[in-house]
Formats: sequence, C-alpha cells, structure tokens
Amino acid sequence: MVQLTLPKNSQPKEGKTWPKPEGATNLREFKIYRWSPDDDDNPRIDTYFVDMDDCGPMILDAIIWIKDRIDPTLTFRRSCREGICGSCAMNIDGTNTLACTKGMDEVSGAVKIYPLPHMPVVKDLVPDLTQFYAQHRSIEPWLKTTTPEPEKEWLQSHEDRARLDGLYECILCACCSTSCPSYWWNGDRYLGPAVLLQAYRWLIDSRDEATGERLDDLEDPFRLYRCHTIMNCTQACPKGLNPAKAIADIKKMLVERRM
Amino acid sequence: MTDMRTPLAKVRGLGSAKNGTSHFWHQRLTSVANIPLTIFFVVLIIALSGASYGEVRAALANPFVSLLTIAALLSVSWHMKLGMQVVIEDYVHGEGAKLVLLMLNSFFTGAVALISVFALLKLAFGA
Repeated sequence: MVQLTLPKNSQPKEGKTWPKPEGATNLREFKIYRWSPDDDDNPRIDTYFVDMDDCGPMILDAIIWIKDRIDPTLTFRRSCREGICGSCAMNIDGTNTLACTKGMDEVSGAVKIYPLPHMPVVKDLVPDLTQFYAQHRSIEPWLKTTTPEPEKEWLQSHEDRARLDGLYECILCACCSTSCPSYWWNGDRYLGPAVLLQAYRWLIDSRDEATGERLDDLEDPFRLYRCHTIMNCTQACPKGLNPAKAIADIKKMLVERRM
Repeated sequence: MTDMRTPLAKVRGLGSAKNGTSHFWHQRLTSVANIPLTIFFVVLIIALSGASYGEVRAALANPFVSLLTIAALLSVSWHMKLGMQVVIEDYVHGEGAKLVLLMLNSFFTGAVALISVFALLKLAFGA
C-alpha cells in the first residue's frame, strides 16, 4: 500500500533554536528542515532569526544570510538567483516554489522551509533528483528527424513557433512534479507533470518527425494516465506554466489519433 | 539486494503498455451517458416510491422504461469498474495484492450488473 505516514526515523523532531543576531531590531523567524546523512539522527526543524535590516527581500537572500552569518552547515542548492536555473526549488510556507523569486513579504508569520516533498533527501534542503532527470531523459527531449538535414536550419512558421510558448520556459525545477500526489504515490512509473510538459513540447514541435513514436511511448496507464487533473502542478509552477493543460492535450492527441 | 540498474533502465522499466486510452475514453463516454441515465433513474425511483408491486411491474414492463433502466445499470456498472480500477492502481503497490483486487473488482461489478439486469428483466417480463 501507499505509505501515508513517515517511517519513525524520518519524522522531524524539534531542533535547535539559534541565538538571535545581536543588536538587531527587525527580526524574522525561520523554521528550516535539517537532516544529515552523517549521523543516525531524525530530521529536525531548526529555528533561526534573520536581521531584516541587513538582508535582501527574497527567501533565498535570507537563507544565504543564515548560512553566512549564523550556521554555515545549512545546505541548499542555489545558482542564478533570478528564477532561471531552478536550483533553489524547495517547499516554502507549504508550497513548492523557487526561494529566489519568493518574497519574504509573501509569507505571514514564521517562514517554514522544507525540501521538495517525497524525494529522497541528500542533505537538509537538497533533494535527490536522479530519477526525475532520468525520466526527462527517457522522453528523448531533442529534435528527432528522418528527413536528411537541410543545408541550413529546419524551418518553422511563426504560428508553429508560437505553439511552444508556455512550454519552452520550463526550467525543470521539479516544483510541479513533487507537488503532485500521483507522483508521490507512483513516481517510479508515472512520469509526472514536468516531464509530461516537456514531452508535449516535443510532440507539438512542427519540426519533429517522431510524433507517433513519442505518443506510443507515452500511451501507458502509469506513464501518462496517472494524471487525475489534481492541478497542484499548475498551482505550484513558479514560472506560471500549465503542465495540467499540457497533459490534457497529450490525452487529446491520443484520442484523436484513433478517431 | 542492491539494485545496480542505471536510473534510465529503472525508469524505462518494462516499456510502454501502449494502452490506457481505451480506459480513458470509456470513462468519459460512460460519464456523458450517466448524466441523462442517472437523472432518468432517480426520477423513476421517485415516481415509483410508495407504488405497489403491480404498479412497479407495469411501469417496468414498458419497453422504453425497461431499456433505459438497463442502459443505466450497464453504464453505471462499467463506470464504477473503471473508477475503482484507477483507485486500486493508484494506492495498492504490491503486485500480488493488486492483481487479486483488480480481479475481484471485475468480478464484483460484473456480478452487480448481471444480477441487477436479471432482476429487472424478471420484473419486466413478469415471471
């Protein structure tokens, strides 16, 4: 059966409350998930206080501030700090999003930060996304053609190019897939919203010649049809994309080709 | 035992079943059919509430009523089977238990449909 509760050694315990920065008057409380593979301890929720007068406005600014000024062992991924690399995806205030584009003013009360749900944790806020990337690899996200390569580029009309809008912007941060209950329960076989959105991006690329084979590979009760239009994916996407619609459009293509 | 397959091998697994669209389509088809059929069925039940056995039999002897009721029973049963199948596939992860439950689901809904249609025909033809 599906595991609805955490095993005993994964249940988070109350952690350490770190001292408030000296002389600061404008404080913000952060409660952050900590877990290290180096000991046998349960995960714990540490409490930190950030000096808002000394820190930028985004959640990422705050956790970098904590790492620099309070606790250098706090571990998380980050790179571009402008919502284009997808590294700092985490669960903030109950929603999967990017720490760099989420403002502290968007959260009321203490800011609670957890790693992306239902993924193996490498350390603290760093999830293991190996399977997610392998799933992306499995849909063969590149242009596939049989016709000999043209001398210059493959041509595409402006209208056909416009069909890729709302799809090509996906940065594979995994916020949507890890917000999806179907992906939680059946992530080993269900491809999940991010990968299916990418699959759709190649299905409707007018230059691609492998549409039929791509549909064959997706037509599966688990790979595709575990989507039950729960819509968490669309709600979570920090880029404002709509993976649920992309999945519905794949289902439509599958019905269309047998009518 | 450590699973030493590559992540891609695990994800590809046994490959695509190349199937699932029929299930999806039948679920939609029966949903659409169930809208008028269940409304008809509920109206029929309300209309016949408090009626005598003879009156109920007379109503069901009408071919129009009888056929629509059979259609409702079949469409709802098929829809129920498809829906329960999804729930089992979602939540039951042991391959053995899943297989047994999927079989029981088919048997149960098959039995429900058969018994209800038989009962209805018996009433309609007045045996």
